[in-house]
Amino acid sequence: MKDFIIKEFKQIFRDYRSMIILFGIPIAQILLFGFALTLDLKNAHIAVLDNAKDEHSRKLTEKIASSEYFILDRHLNSADEIEDIFKEGIVKEVLVFEPNFSQNLLKTGQADMQIIADASDPNTANMLVNYTSAIVANYQQSLLPSNPLNGIVIPDVKFKYNKELKSVYMFVPGVITIILMLVSAMMTSISIAREKELGTMEILLVSPIKPYQIIVGKVIPYLLLSFINFLIILVLSYFVLGMPLGGNMLLLMSESLLFIFMALSLGIFISTVSNSQQTAMLLSMFALLLPTILLSGFIFPIKNMPTILIWISNVMPSKFFIIIVKDIMLKGSGLMDVWFETLIILLFTLFFMALSIKKFKIRL
Amino acid sequence: MKVAVSVTNLVKTFGSFVANDNLNFEVYKGEIFGFLGANGAGKTTAIKILCGLQRPTSGEVKVAGFDIYKQTELIKKNIGYMSQKFSLYDDLTIQENIRFYGGIYGLSNEEIKSKTEQYIRELELEEYVKSMVAALPLGIKQKLAFSVAVIHSPQIVFLDEPTSGVDPITRRQFWEMIYAEANKGRTIFVTTHYMDEAEYCHRVSIMVDGIIEALDTPTQLKKTFKAESMEEVFIQLARKSTRVD
Repeated sequence: MKDFIIKEFKQIFRDYRSMIILFGIPIAQILLFGFALTLDLKNAHIAVLDNAKDEHSRKLTEKIASSEYFILDRHLNSADEIEDIFKEGIVKEVLVFEPNFSQNLLKTGQADMQIIADASDPNTANMLVNYTSAIVANYQQSLLPSNPLNGIVIPDVKFKYNKELKSVYMFVPGVITIILMLVSAMMTSISIAREKELGTMEILLVSPIKPYQIIVGKVIPYLLLSFINFLIILVLSYFVLGMPLGGNMLLLMSESLLFIFMALSLGIFISTVSNSQQTAMLLSMFALLLPTILLSGFIFPIKNMPTILIWISNVMPSKFFIIIVKDIMLKGSGLMDVWFETLIILLFTLFFMALSIKKFKIRL
Repeated sequence: MKVAVSVTNLVKTFGSFVANDNLNFEVYKGEIFGFLGANGAGKTTAIKILCGLQRPTSGEVKVAGFDIYKQTELIKKNIGYMSQKFSLYDDLTIQENIRFYGGIYGLSNEEIKSKTEQYIRELELEEYVKSMVAALPLGIKQKLAFSVAVIHSPQIVFLDEPTSGVDPITRRQFWEMIYAEANKGRTIFVTTHYMDEAEYCHRVSIMVDGIIEALDTPTQLKKTFKAESMEEVFIQLARKSTRVD
């Protein structure tokens, strides 16, 4: 077993491709996501159709336009212009105030305003509407002391935990998840498939070494390297990207170890159903990586998905791990807050372990 | 004569395809047993069953006196195996390969060290000691793979087409190594495509379509089939094949 692990380490360190996947990609991804690929919105152009033109509609418009997220592009004169202005493509959101906005607000406590967003890019639209609602809600609160009545009817949106609205905070947990998945599952599956492809697996199976020793010998090096990887990402995101490390680090590390273990057992399972490195790689790519990126809530919010995809997202272990990481890093949650997600990942781990031990062929 | 391998009524089927159809033979201790047959005749399946890589559909098989169904672990300790595919790790050095395989067969550090020195000396590998196995010429790789296959001094060595793609001089040296191991009392079970190699074996079996058609010494086989060489014997028998490759 010791010989096996030493051999495995030597092979990993000598293969420059492995080293790039192991350490190059994670660092590149973190920096890329952190600096270049930001979803933060700044200076979105908006237009206002002010049918009231009174005190509160003007003040509210001013407040919105003065925030760093929005630039007041122009005032509209009629509702007919809205369609055209969206077609131009510069203005992403239009605010419409009803006539007698202030009067209604002060008298009945209810005033209507409409937020129309260009949803050809749903994520941006969603975010713009959220920002706007938040500003309106804020404005409404500032009125409250002088106005005992209920304010404008507005959805209750608050920016909790990520008050600065930095998408980097959303990305780091996702990147951690993807990298651990990629490195752990893909690398183990490829390395076992390689032994099969080259014929060394036959020699191992003919020898007195036991199948579980082969599996453990494969798992331990990658477990260690993945964990080191995780620490590198964590340090990078803390020092370079300014990611808060809110919660218990020990808990975060144990959760990561659990997730790595899950990914490794998944990798072994993939290797038992593929006979060549290429198959193993393609399987990992399509069966693991793409769903992890697309369905885990990393880039596309799960709540915006069609029902069937929401269902599918529930069998993505990475979805739960992202929740755990976010909760611990941003909210400082403890084990009691994330026990459910932890349990799910644990179950996944056991499931894949059992499956691979059953499928791992002693006889080729 | 002591029996190293005994096979009785061995049958192996894959669905409706019969790879080994009722094989019966014995291999004696210390002999070089040639296992011949055209591609697809069922040689590799039989050798994999003997090594415990596959389970037979039915029949009795004993290797080194141990039962193939119940005593697989004991068999594993007593056999060596060299497959068609090159079986050393390309990205490890000679020493690291020997260290690894010695390790999984449970050799002590001293044993591994002395084996390493012995192999490097015997195979004249001094100039390659520091280089990766990938950089070695094919002939040397095959000889090293054979040495590694017998590192734990097994009773029986299974060689599945060990010399395919190797130049004639290396093949000759390779057979000298096989003879040297046989002289130590090891049983050699070898499959090959080269009919001149069949002449080197003590006894030869020829398989056609999953059935053993002939089994005897090369001299006796040539007499029976009134042939000049083993090649003629083989062609006479292989013509019977109805299997399409």
